[in-house]
Amino acid sequence: MSQYCSTRFANILHQVDSLNPMGKLHMNDTIVSSIYNATENISQQVVSQREKPKIDWDKKLDDVLTSRVFGFPSMLLLLGMIFWLTVAGANVPSAMIAETLFWGQDRLTDLCNYLHAPAWFHGFFVEGIYRCLAWVISVMLPPMAIFFPCFTLLEDLGYLPRVAFNLDRLFKKAGAHGKQSLTMSMGFGCNAAGIIACRIIESPRERMIAMLTNNFVPCNGRFPTLIALAGILVFGMGNTFGATAIVVGIVLLGIAVTLAVSWTLSKTLLKGVPSSFTLELPPYRKPQIGKIIVRSIFDRTLFVLGRAVCVAAPAGAVTWLLANIYVGDLSILAHCAHWLNPFATALGLDGFILMAFILGLPANEIVLPILIMSYLATGSMTELESIEDLYNLFVVQHDWTWLTALCMMLFSLLHYPCGTTLWTIRKESGSSKWTVLAALIPLGIACTICFIVAQTARALGWV
Amino acid sequence: MGLTHQSCGSGVNKEAFHKGPAKTNYVIALAGNPNTGKSTVFNALTGLNQHTGNWPGKTVLRAEGKYTHQGLVYNLIDLPGTYSLLANSIEEQVARDYLCFGQPNATVVVVDATCLERNLNLVLQVLEITSKVVVCVNLMDEAKRKKISININSLAQILGVPVVATAARDGIGLDQLVNAIAGVANGTIQTNPYVVQYSEVIEDAIGKLEPEIKQLVGEQFNSRWLALRLLSKDQTVIAELKKLYPSEDRLQSKVGGELLA
Repeated sequence: MSQYCSTRFANILHQVDSLNPMGKLHMNDTIVSSIYNATENISQQVVSQREKPKIDWDKKLDDVLTSRVFGFPSMLLLLGMIFWLTVAGANVPSAMIAETLFWGQDRLTDLCNYLHAPAWFHGFFVEGIYRCLAWVISVMLPPMAIFFPCFTLLEDLGYLPRVAFNLDRLFKKAGAHGKQSLTMSMGFGCNAAGIIACRIIESPRERMIAMLTNNFVPCNGRFPTLIALAGILVFGMGNTFGATAIVVGIVLLGIAVTLAVSWTLSKTLLKGVPSSFTLELPPYRKPQIGKIIVRSIFDRTLFVLGRAVCVAAPAGAVTWLLANIYVGDLSILAHCAHWLNPFATALGLDGFILMAFILGLPANEIVLPILIMSYLATGSMTELESIEDLYNLFVVQHDWTWLTALCMMLFSLLHYPCGTTLWTIRKESGSSKWTVLAALIPLGIACTICFIVAQTARALGWV
Repeated sequence: MGLTHQSCGSGVNKEAFHKGPAKTNYVIALAGNPNTGKSTVFNALTGLNQHTGNWPGKTVLRAEGKYTHQGLVYNLIDLPGTYSLLANSIEEQVARDYLCFGQPNATVVVVDATCLERNLNLVLQVLEITSKVVVCVNLMDEAKRKKISININSLAQILGVPVVATAARDGIGLDQLVNAIAGVANGTIQTNPYVVQYSEVIEDAIGKLEPEIKQLVGEQFNSRWLALRLLSKDQTVIAELKKLYPSEDRLQSKVGGELLA
């Protein structure tokens, strides 16, 4: 039976050859034009436009937002506005949440005293885990609750494809695929999601470039860190605009590094010619404010917070243990930090900061909390309610300079991606070699740039 | 960019876990141009009953979701957004192969009311492959804002399939859409799809080829469409058919193999 069918099918193929020898029917051309005629005919019958709108607002807006002259400035302005709102608006709610949570810590301490709990119990659970969680929640929640809805608003308005459109030309020049601007935008949300998004790039070479460089834009988990550090950097000046400018500058630096690394990769390891694609700009849409708030609170704010809490609790425990188990005169953490210190100092950091980045591999959200934990284990402060307390802890008690804060921001922006992202790269590329490179390339760049910045600043006597 | 809690962090790696064959009464494909609100329709119908995966052997992401309507389970397959089905890209090929060889019980084509003409291209191409189609004219609110009006009834009459006007972002028209899908899937709504007429030479060639193909594939596939694809020497379709009807020498070697075993 099936043999009968296959003979039949072979006969049909023969007949096709005789009906359309050498493609003389020009099938694809005629098919396309016939379909176009049909659609024109149908839509003339069913569509009517009562009056042409006098002004095409979408087009007017696009003429500004995607123009060569105003495209980038308007992009910076919108981004700057969002960061400014975040920086300026986050401190008050942060302090309120911190006050509540640290009141809770005092009550837990009272409870431990009442129960005559051993000191290590109080240290491990209250000063280790609870304090780390309280810090994560009070300092991360308000900026996220402001930043994410604003960012989602831009998404909902249909602005993000315009960003991709503006950047498209640059990515082509860097030897990468225009769609990489889309995957990069996705990376602002989450680098792991950005890596998955790289599937939209067909060419394996360009997909690999996009995957290896996605990490250079700060994700959800790193924005709170960057915003807090920018706050410390300008703390003395009490200037929220300064902090905004720094965060915007860091984001731009991330994009510049993305382009530079893409260019280098396309000229060395991943040589080839960029392929082209058409990007259609969707219409601007009236945002649904209510849905945006609900969606960004649940899908981003609480998600990131949840992840941070899940990782911060064990990290808080591990850090407390490392900081409180003594070998000789020093804790394990201090031993490690001292050992790392010469190298870290050369990069403008200190040993504790580098340890925080190493322990923070599972999730970037917890780097700053771990650092605070490590400092607090040796310092005397018990509460952190605002950037001011953070400033006191870092600058007054641990001898930070502006260079330390700047180098930590740079390192945070450029260093290896988080564990989840690396795992995703491993899955998507199917290659351990590329996964290792995806960690080593950013690490190398982070070390190099921090080293150059730190040594230059010191050589010029700025610090 | 549609970042949800499922698509961030460690959640992105969870796609591989299929929950096994849950009971499904109908499989519905969802097609449409990019930026027509296809995902909004998908999300509005399936709610949180979604999971993502990969098209086998392809790098294109696939989303699947379920919803129930009058006690029956509908599995909604979100096809990649495409402008046509002429297989110019992986997305187009995935969508086309699924519509032809995946044999969904019904296909919903989401079109943008503000630029209907451009979107009808895809509708006509889908109608060439399958007659079980529901056209969802989405973004009616946008069209109204732009003072565009569409005669839905006459569009339905011309296309010969149910046409539903929706504004999926506000949930308008989804009830009618669900009803139309049910009707087409269970056969209570009979369709009479619009046929694109080609030039005389091509129609002649189709006329000669179609009966032969019909004898081979029966009612399983659309023989007119297969005739068109074969005349275009479409290698992916030929390869797919070769899989179904393997050539004689391969067949013999298989028989030989069985004899040896």
